[in-house]
Formats: sequence, structure tokens, C-alpha cells
Amino acid sequence: MTNRTNLSKASPWISAAVLFLLWEGIVRLFHIPVYVLPTPSASLEAAWQYRDAIWMHAVHTLYTTLFGFAIAVVFGVVLGALVGSSKAIYIAANPLLVGFNSVPKVALVPVLVMWFGIGTVPAIITAFIISFFPIVVNVATGLATLEPELRDVLRSLGATRTDILFKVGFPRALPYFFASLKVAVTLAFVGSVISETVASNVGVGYLMLSASSKFNMPLVFAGLLVIAVMGIVMYEFFNIIERRSTKWANRANPDG
Amino acid sequence: MSNSFVELNKVRLRYSEGDDLALDTTDMKIRKGEFIAVVGPSGCGKSSLLKLVSGLMPPSEGNVIVDAHEVAGPLKIVGMAFQNPTLLPWRTTLDNVLLPLEIVKPHRNRLRKHKTEYIARAKALLATVGLEGYEDKYPWELSGGMQQRASLCRALIHEPDLLMLDEPFGALDAFTREELWDILQNLWMVRPFTVILVTHDLREAAYLADTVYVMSKRPGRILVARENTLARPRDQETTFTQPFTDLVHELRSHIRDVRAA
Repeated sequence: MTNRTNLSKASPWISAAVLFLLWEGIVRLFHIPVYVLPTPSASLEAAWQYRDAIWMHAVHTLYTTLFGFAIAVVFGVVLGALVGSSKAIYIAANPLLVGFNSVPKVALVPVLVMWFGIGTVPAIITAFIISFFPIVVNVATGLATLEPELRDVLRSLGATRTDILFKVGFPRALPYFFASLKVAVTLAFVGSVISETVASNVGVGYLMLSASSKFNMPLVFAGLLVIAVMGIVMYEFFNIIERRSTKWANRANPDG
Repeated sequence: MSNSFVELNKVRLRYSEGDDLALDTTDMKIRKGEFIAVVGPSGCGKSSLLKLVSGLMPPSEGNVIVDAHEVAGPLKIVGMAFQNPTLLPWRTTLDNVLLPLEIVKPHRNRLRKHKTEYIARAKALLATVGLEGYEDKYPWELSGGMQQRASLCRALIHEPDLLMLDEPFGALDAFTREELWDILQNLWMVRPFTVILVTHDLREAAYLADTVYVMSKRPGRILVARENTLARPRDQETTFTQPFTDLVHELRSHIRDVRAA
């Protein structure tokens, strides 16, 4: 029993180790040149060698991402609450939202650069616009799927719309909300790094671009690994918050 | 008719303009404290009747009068329970029962100051339905029957004058169901509120109601209003007596006619 739980706890580390070993083995076996695909060991070496620069750029990317993500949360909750609690708003806003979400955000970066100049602001905005959609959809779904009987019970007690929203709607939408945060925060990284790559002189995206222009592929991959690690950490962070605050929705497996 | 508490006058209902009638000309008079049951084939508009009386849905024609006022919007004195207990999974049993008090005036303004008093009241109510010791459990930790008891408590905690029950025991096993009939009857005998019970179960109607209304197929109309004078409190033994069986038999033949029509 304990052996099994230990194994399941260790399994993510094992699968990551296996992936790295495979990668390392294939690169060495086929003598893939380093400017095509560096080995993970070379990437980690580069990460260590350039640790100060990577740290500075990573902190900046993290800050940019979280800034954009925070705006997405506020905006997503407000819009989701509107869309989810009114059928008319849902019908009016839905095609616009879907259309907007289908636009490739990379295409927007040049526009944002025209408006705000090169640097952090377009990165924050890109992180925001790429990550708010899942939050809107999930909050709206959580609110809109309220059981009609429950609504009747509350209305026949004289509950106002706000009563229903706060007593039932929001608590009920909370698991949907947290589920969307996990997805949204990883998307926010995509947004900020895209923007940094296209138009910035700071951040991991910029670091990778300048490294690749010098054919320093180990450093490019070190940057990719750093982004992946930050994504995993943020995802896990929201995963833990989700489990703590919405235990009732995960009752089938209370340990997660 | 000054002594009727709920009155339906020539009520007709269409869900939307141009639709077929869901409810055809319906007249009802329910005394204060009367326990009535509505039976009929499925889809005959029984649940719509509840929505009309509670003001969740306006009639297309005619009017509904409750407590001498014409119903114009959702009433605020109603308790409701459905087949699905609809308890809130993030609240304990006790907090679920307290929910109406957070909404209904004047309780919502008094709740914080008089919390202990209200909690005592909720606990007492839970105890009368046999849920003592389950106050801090979450709904998923309760059986279906227990959830339905909690749902009944939620419907009654604010002492509503009118209780609406839409097949509340429909999803329960036969033994639990009959247990809950007794619990409901007891609650009602202690503090008589007006009850409208919608059900498929003719024995349930015969066991609980003072008057049983039989409705026709859609568009629903009231075909028969059958007084039920069996002595109270009714119990297990009552269900094996001749008058009870006769009543169920009679109701069954009405339903048969309706379905054949």
C-alpha cells in the first residue's frame, strides 16, 4: 500500500527522468549536432553557466505573466459573471468571444507594439488576452448550470438576483473557476513569452531569441526548460489552492 | 369564499404565446392548513400548478389568489422541496437548513445577532426528522432519504404558510418513503401549514392528503376533487384498512379513465 503510494508520488519524477534519458540517448546515438538539438545535459550546463542572466530574465517573465494573468482573472470573473447570469448577454457576447479567441495572439503583438512600444506592456497585454477566455467560459458555465429547482427554491423565498449569485452561483462556480486558473496561467506564459520573443529586450523569450541568433542552442533549450518549470510550479500552486478551497467538489478522491 | 387560503380562478396556462394549453381552465380552493395532493398522468401540468401558485410563473388567463392577494410575482412565504434534494454540497446539513433564514425577511437581518437561537431552532427541527447528530455532515455523507429529510427541514425552517412538494419522495425506496410520510404528517400536525403535494403515488396521496385532486392528460384539468376523511394521525395500519384501499382503488380507476381518454 505505502509502496504503491510512494511509487505514484515518485512517478512524475521518474517519467521526467526517462524522458531526459531518452532525449540524451537519442541525441548521442544519432550524433545530432548541437546547433540542431542539444542534449539535456548540455542545456542544464548552459542553464548553470548563464544562471544570473536566466534568473533576471525569468523573474521578469514571471512578473509579466502574473501581471497579465491577474488582469485576466479580474476581467474573466466579471465577464463570466455577466455572461453566465444573463441569457441575453450570453447570446450577444458569445460569438464575439469565440471569434476573439480564434484570432492567433501572435498576430496581435505587432499591433500592440504599434500602440504601446517595445517592452513589457505588450507582453502583459498578450498574457492577458490569451488567458482570460477559459476563465470567462468556466465561470459562465458554473453559473449557468445552476439547477432550476434550486433557483425556484430561492426565488420563492424572495431571493434577489444578487442573493442567488452570492449564496449559490459563485460558490457553485468555484471549482470551475479554479480549474480554469490552472489552464489560464499556463496560457499566460505562452502569451508573455511570445510577445517577448517578438518585441522585447528583456524576458526569457528575448533571451531565447538572442541565444538562437548566436547559435547558442543549449541556452535556447535552457530557456524552454525554465518556462516549463515555471508553468509547472504555477499550475501546481493553483491546483493546491483548488483542492483546499473546493474540497466538496473533489470528494471522490479527497487526497487529490 | 373568505376561508380559502389559495384560490385558482379559471386559470389557464400556455408556456408561450401561441403554444397549446398546458393547463386548461382550472379552479381550486384550498383552505388554510389544508393538505392537498395532486395526482395525474405525467406531463399533465402538475408541476406547473406549483409554479403558478408560488408565483414563479404567471397564468395566461384567470388569476391566482393566495392569502387574499392576487399573485403577481414570486411569493415570499413558500417552502419548496423537490424529488432532487438540491442541497448545497459545500454546506453542512445545518448550514443548508439555515439557508432560507439568510434570505427571508426579517430573519436575514436578525440572523447574525441571534445566531445561537436560530441554530437551536434548526437543530430542533433536524431532530424531529431524525437527523440529530448529522448537523455537521455534508450532503454527500448522507443517504438519499436523509438528504430528503434535510431538504424538508430547509423547506420548513422559516415556518412558511405554504409548502410546495413536487414528488419529494419519488426517488426513495418504499420503506424510507413511508417513514417520511409519517415525518411529514407529524410536522404538519404540530404546526398546520397549507401543503400542495404533487405525486405519482396514489397511496401517498391517500395517506397524506385531506383532498386529492385528479388531473386529466395535457392540457391538464381538474377532473375530480376527492375528500379524504380518514382519521389522523394515519399510520401503517391505516394503509391496510378497507376505506384506505377503497380510496386508492377509486383514485386508480380515475387515473385509468384519464389515461384511456
